[in-house]
Amino acid sequence: MKKKIIAFKAFSFKYRSQESPSLHAINLTIHQGERVLITGPSGSGKSTLGRCLNGLISNAYKGEIRGTLEIMGARSDDQTLSALSRKVGTVLQDTDAQFIGLTVGEDIAFALENDAIPQARMKRAVQQAAERVGMERFLKQSPHELSGGQKQSVAMAGVMVDPVNILLFDEPLANLDPLSGRSAMHLIDRIQKETGVTVIIIEHRVEEVLEIGIDRIVLVADGRIAADAPPDQLLSSGILGAHGVREPLYLTALKRAGIPITPELHPESLDRIKMGSIVKSLRDWAEVTIPERAQTSGQPILELSHVCFGYEPNRPALEHVSFSVQAGERIALVGKNGAGKSTLTKLICGLEQPDSGAIYVGGVDIRTQTIRERSAKTGLVMQNPNQMLSQNIVFDEVAFGLRIRGIDEEKIGSRVCETMKVCGLYPYRNWPVSALSFGQKKRVTIASVLVLEPSLLILDEPTAGQDYQHYTEIMRFLESLNDKGVTLIMITHDMHLMLEYTDRALVMADGQLIADRHPADLLSDSEIAARANLKTTSLYHLAERAGFSNPSALVYRFIQGEKRRRSRSEDADAQLH
Amino acid sequence: MKMQMLSYIERATPIHRMTGAAKLVCFIIWSVIAMTTFDTRILVFMLIAGIVIFRMANVHLREIAFVLGFILIFLLLNNLGIYIFAPQQGSSIYGTVHILLHLPGSYSLTLEQLFYQLNVTLKYFAVIPFALLFIVTTHPSEFAASLNRIGVSYRIAYAVSITLRYIPDVQRSYHEITQAQQARGIDLSKKEKLWRRMRQAAAIIIPLVFSTLDRIEVISNAMELRRFGMKKKRTWYDERPFACIDYLAVAFSMLLLILSLWLSFHRGSRYYNPFN
Repeated sequence: MKKKIIAFKAFSFKYRSQESPSLHAINLTIHQGERVLITGPSGSGKSTLGRCLNGLISNAYKGEIRGTLEIMGARSDDQTLSALSRKVGTVLQDTDAQFIGLTVGEDIAFALENDAIPQARMKRAVQQAAERVGMERFLKQSPHELSGGQKQSVAMAGVMVDPVNILLFDEPLANLDPLSGRSAMHLIDRIQKETGVTVIIIEHRVEEVLEIGIDRIVLVADGRIAADAPPDQLLSSGILGAHGVREPLYLTALKRAGIPITPELHPESLDRIKMGSIVKSLRDWAEVTIPERAQTSGQPILELSHVCFGYEPNRPALEHVSFSVQAGERIALVGKNGAGKSTLTKLICGLEQPDSGAIYVGGVDIRTQTIRERSAKTGLVMQNPNQMLSQNIVFDEVAFGLRIRGIDEEKIGSRVCETMKVCGLYPYRNWPVSALSFGQKKRVTIASVLVLEPSLLILDEPTAGQDYQHYTEIMRFLESLNDKGVTLIMITHDMHLMLEYTDRALVMADGQLIADRHPADLLSDSEIAARANLKTTSLYHLAERAGFSNPSALVYRFIQGEKRRRSRSEDADAQLH
Repeated sequence: MKMQMLSYIERATPIHRMTGAAKLVCFIIWSVIAMTTFDTRILVFMLIAGIVIFRMANVHLREIAFVLGFILIFLLLNNLGIYIFAPQQGSSIYGTVHILLHLPGSYSLTLEQLFYQLNVTLKYFAVIPFALLFIVTTHPSEFAASLNRIGVSYRIAYAVSITLRYIPDVQRSYHEITQAQQARGIDLSKKEKLWRRMRQAAAIIIPLVFSTLDRIEVISNAMELRRFGMKKKRTWYDERPFACIDYLAVAFSMLLLILSLWLSFHRGSRYYNPFN
């Protein structure tokens, strides 16, 4: 048996500002060299658990602790934050904000600077740490010039300049596109193998983490440990789904095909699954065809013709982008960070003016409209709700756009209430905005745009940072809006969202529109997928392993099945009411 | 970004190559000179030197136009203030009265008063180029190291530099928030009436404050997790030793200070008096 490195014993914690504890009687032991995934829905306490490990609790976040936590043989409350930080290296979720230095080199050196290490020794240590994560050629670069994945690597180098024993990752995948996320995971994998450190990953995207081989999954729910088992066992029990954490997609597909998941099947990794007996059931299942929902083919609502734009002269951000969107379509706008997706949406909303080319919304050239006229047609929901919310009370926030239009209060009242009912916010109408969860805030921002009754709604990463339950809620809500005729354009990194909830994908790369086709076809085109940093979902891999001649068939079957399940459960809901 | 505030401007010039600490020491010496003397010749020399060095640093006027405009407005107010509260200050300093324009009360405009206020203005202009240069030509990572080197506590030095460094970030989120609110139909351009714009400005300021507070929480956690502030001293990755040009610049500044002080003592007054 390996050495115990972390031991929670009947550990409880309550934040000073909160009424009830965030962690209840946690018992958890982690051994030297283990790779542990801590998962759970939003607000389950998994991040609080991480803060206990790195000492932010109770140094930065005060509160009440019961029970004990031992880290490397010493009680955590006897250790200072600085002593703990030599044992536990933390990579935070927000790679932008945790970049302290202004160059890669300076950022990696930050901990050494604070230890007052002489400059010559510091430079050597920085060089070594940078080489370990493959960033040695970037030492003089500023963080703004790096991609999300590279920032993540720098953050790792920054904690590994210390000889830490434990590496703690707080949602490492949250801000990364699928391909960068995969390389970040592989970097974690390699470093763990080379150094033998204990790796603890807090993340709700289970499938991506499992790719590198995990020893144990700890499921946290309502501040308690709901399960703590090796992946094979935990995945077979189906407990993830029961607690609102998305299980790997390939497992959902197997279940839909009626295949029981057992530890013997090795569900933890698609490469290790025993295919033999299940291939037949999978093929039989995929053969059943489901009639597709009739496509809405309405009037063109948005048309772009040869739109060119650059923030600076001679550095085009968009080059000759042309496409048109029919009313009622659901469009995914995909591509790696910096490809021009956000710029494109800003142009469509009239926030920036094209250098050449024209944009028509509902047949009208938007250059001839005022800001207010445009906003009546096109709504934009930003990724971070905190950047949009400006009022104290939910009702006022939703009413804000109407009030500044000078509409009379009575009319505002009825329109706001109606919109809030659609968005499921009516019970919260008198709540302060600050008391809402992230997902609820997101819905408030959607409602505040929706109340203006736009016919085209653009959403930037509608589900980023949401756990599976909220993800499903938001997407169903958007789907219901779409059924009422609202055209949706969604910027997303989530390939499954694109497959399941959109009819058409626009792919951007280096300011150009490089593809415009059905989402399922897109991922089978490896050249385009590579140029846009897209990643096929595990369903393709599953189909390949099962020997499908056309892997898309399985993906297609799965998505159709899911759509039908959704509409069935909605019908059931409707009958209940 | 359309509106540039004070932030580092990357250029390959000798001024950029000087160490931050040397620039800071020079800036302090020049400020001391400007504060202690009213000698027009010295001040004019400093102004000219400032402009020359500004050209050497290859910083364009439009890059600092916003801040410069701000300073000029302040300077104008200051000059008006002096005239309102002490219209005969110049005469009492220089001991003569040359009236240019007769005005009621003690408000007659004198040549001495004009000359005095010219000197006050020159004092500002002698220092402004150096203050701006220190900020826009010192890489922010060296900025804190320089402050620390001349004896400022490293915690304060880092706080100052991190504030400067986040100005572009805050500007970026300001821009994003403005656009998000515009997409809701909130028009903050000049087409709207002023009172309405004032009321709507809250729609930008409140989210800006909250997102800035979020940012502060994350950054302070990240710093603590990497042991910022645990020791009395810290070292700096980007600190550089003094080079020849740094010693030269400091020596030159010291000489000028000595010259200025010598002139004052020799004359027995801080004021250069052309009226005698």
